[in-house]
Amino acid sequence: MSTNGATAVSSTGTLNRGRTQSLAGFDAAAPLLQVTDLNVRFPTEDGMVHAVRGVDYTLRSGEVLGIVGESGSGKSVTSLAVMGLLPSNARVTGSVLYRGQELLGQNDRSMSRVRGKGVSMIFQDPMTSLDPVYKVGAQIEETLRTHDKSLSSKAAETRAVELLELVGIPNAGERVDSYPHEFSGGMRQRVVIAIAMANQPEVIIADEPTTALDVTVQAQILEVLQTALQETGAAMVMITHDLGVVAGIADRVLVMYAGRPVEIGSVEDIYYEPRMPYTLGLLGSLPRVDAPTRERLTPILGAPPSLVNMPPGCPFAPRCPLHIDECDAAEPPLFQVGAGHDAACIRTEQVARAHGHATEVFSDTATDAALAGDALPADLALGAGGGETTAGDAPPPDQTEPAAGVPDSGTVISTHRGTKDGDRA
Amino acid sequence: MSAPTTERAGSGATGRGEPILQVRGLQKHFPIKGGGLIKRTVGAVQAVDGIDLDLYPGEVLGLVGESGCGKSTTGRAILNLQPATGGSVVFQGREIVGLNRKQMRPLRRDIQLVFQDPYASLNPRLPVFDIVAEPLVIHGLTKNNEELRSRVRELVETVGLNPEHTNRYPAEFSGGQRQRIGIARALALQPKVLVLDEPVSALDVSIQAGVINLLEDLKNRLGLSYLFIAHDLSVVRHISDRVAVMYLGRIIEIAERDELFDRPAHPYTQALLSAIPLPDPRRERARQRIIISGDVPSPANPPSGCRFRTRCQKFANVLTDAQREKCVTDDPALADRGAGHLNACHYAEVQSVL
Repeated sequence: MSTNGATAVSSTGTLNRGRTQSLAGFDAAAPLLQVTDLNVRFPTEDGMVHAVRGVDYTLRSGEVLGIVGESGSGKSVTSLAVMGLLPSNARVTGSVLYRGQELLGQNDRSMSRVRGKGVSMIFQDPMTSLDPVYKVGAQIEETLRTHDKSLSSKAAETRAVELLELVGIPNAGERVDSYPHEFSGGMRQRVVIAIAMANQPEVIIADEPTTALDVTVQAQILEVLQTALQETGAAMVMITHDLGVVAGIADRVLVMYAGRPVEIGSVEDIYYEPRMPYTLGLLGSLPRVDAPTRERLTPILGAPPSLVNMPPGCPFAPRCPLHIDECDAAEPPLFQVGAGHDAACIRTEQVARAHGHATEVFSDTATDAALAGDALPADLALGAGGGETTAGDAPPPDQTEPAAGVPDSGTVISTHRGTKDGDRA
Repeated sequence: MSAPTTERAGSGATGRGEPILQVRGLQKHFPIKGGGLIKRTVGAVQAVDGIDLDLYPGEVLGLVGESGCGKSTTGRAILNLQPATGGSVVFQGREIVGLNRKQMRPLRRDIQLVFQDPYASLNPRLPVFDIVAEPLVIHGLTKNNEELRSRVRELVETVGLNPEHTNRYPAEFSGGQRQRIGIARALALQPKVLVLDEPVSALDVSIQAGVINLLEDLKNRLGLSYLFIAHDLSVVRHISDRVAVMYLGRIIEIAERDELFDRPAHPYTQALLSAIPLPDPRRERARQRIIISGDVPSPANPPSGCRFRTRCQKFANVLTDAQREKCVTDDPALADRGAGHLNACHYAEVQSVL
């Protein structure tokens, strides 16, 4: 870790989140986890919801893969499918190889031998992932003794205290006898991490592990996760919607949209050389705490598609400023755009040119247009609708037909009645 | 209201005229009942414990802090939705604290609230038209149905929704659209001040940006003032003119936006800013992060002296025992200690952390 700078002294030391050590054991030849053409469908009243539509990724040892996407993009369902934790009505196809062993289709009993030992998982909400009626120590010991029947209860308890110390719980020797409700949210998540690393797993899947936490506690937990990775040498799949968290912890990033990966590459590729318009738009829509000037944000218009009966063509096309007719013909596969960098877009060259101009490309026509109407009295009529769509050969953002007599109500209308996939567009 | 107090709470806000909303010593304590059969008050959760704020016309004042710091309670106490237990809230020269529901009603037209959760704040059984029309009907602001319809149509268009869809129910809209409906409802009475309680926290980033832009445009167009309550400092930096940081029921630092983000002086503000992950891998990995230990103490029993001292990295690592004594015994007031803005730390020191 870094040396303590004179400016950043803290009680628990400073944190440099560059993961140099963990890359030491990087072995590109032997993937730990290989997911191929993973598909998950849920039957619903409205029809089959195709929640995950062909996910491929490879996780190598010592690597942190960040999976980002918005609500309903299928990032959580993907990892639940890998762990075999989906409800029984889910139809899962494809292949999930852990060290060459197929995990899909295994029964619960044999999966239990892999879960926690080979692949373990950290969930978002630490209150629901801990059992409220058992002491935290007992829950850690249970994990240990499930996978090591020869472990004495004494040894398990000692190990539980060690693990609690490792994740930074003060007075671990006493707190081991506490119940989950006696802990704060951050402390509970530390316990969950202790359980996840108890059996030295090779893969840790963390599903939004810091989303429920305050930002100062999030910083503590991210530090604990780094410790957990160093202690266990595990590789990690980090699922989050927070592009800041991924920027700090991931080696490679997978961007998901409408149940599919739309871009995958090194963390630098994704943040500095995005080639999929969705990635570009996502980065452009983020307010930055380190931004000195107040630039107008650039939202992505519209909403993600319903995953029931998807039309042909690129699922992002209706929201894409670079949309052309060919985009509606067929859903583009992942094209290689650089070494280890793939994007599912037929216009990656235009995206490359648009990079750095996300503001102009994703002009917020809808909002301005709506505002240009004389909706309220004392109207000072802000700049007319339209914004500046100046990006080279980019056509203006796709718009639905404005209602008759309405001064261009834009695309912010409900386009997905009755969706059941819970998107929060 | 006297010149010195205005200057005290409104630091850096010179040249903005008279504040539209003036909060002084606002206090909201929730009693803790105990004592067996006959319930006695055995203590109080000091959710908000004496805060001063000025909101100027056309201004966005950001109120930030972590969960449980009292920022939402502050918003509700200002609106008299949860009556304050002490202090004063003056809106356009009129004292709000102590007014009953009936007395509050005319004031409700001028101060409106937008809630965090667009799923819980809209009645699922009412079509959007009725939701937006409700305040107009309650306050009797439209003469006939014709006028009501055109007014609702205007409002729905103002927030960027299609007025053709007002016969639909909230469940048929996505989160971003529902939040727009909530904003349309808040605007129905043409308020002067909006209290926005985490208005974009439940939204995905690509959608959140649209709602933030809408709020900015509405403010500029309608001359609104916002009290913008949020935990996301990136959003707050984007939208606010001034920012107040709360910790355990108190404001611990308040300054102009760039001043606060670029030159924070309170150790808590510094830790808070330093904890935010930046969506920029090279910068993020090169940063020195200040990690503060532990969690927020219980507001029922706050630490003596400085409320932040139990988690303060400066208290733990930098100060001498003699200096610490002051933190333990002496509650720091919000004052300018040479940083150029108000903060509540005896040993405040400007340090850039972003």
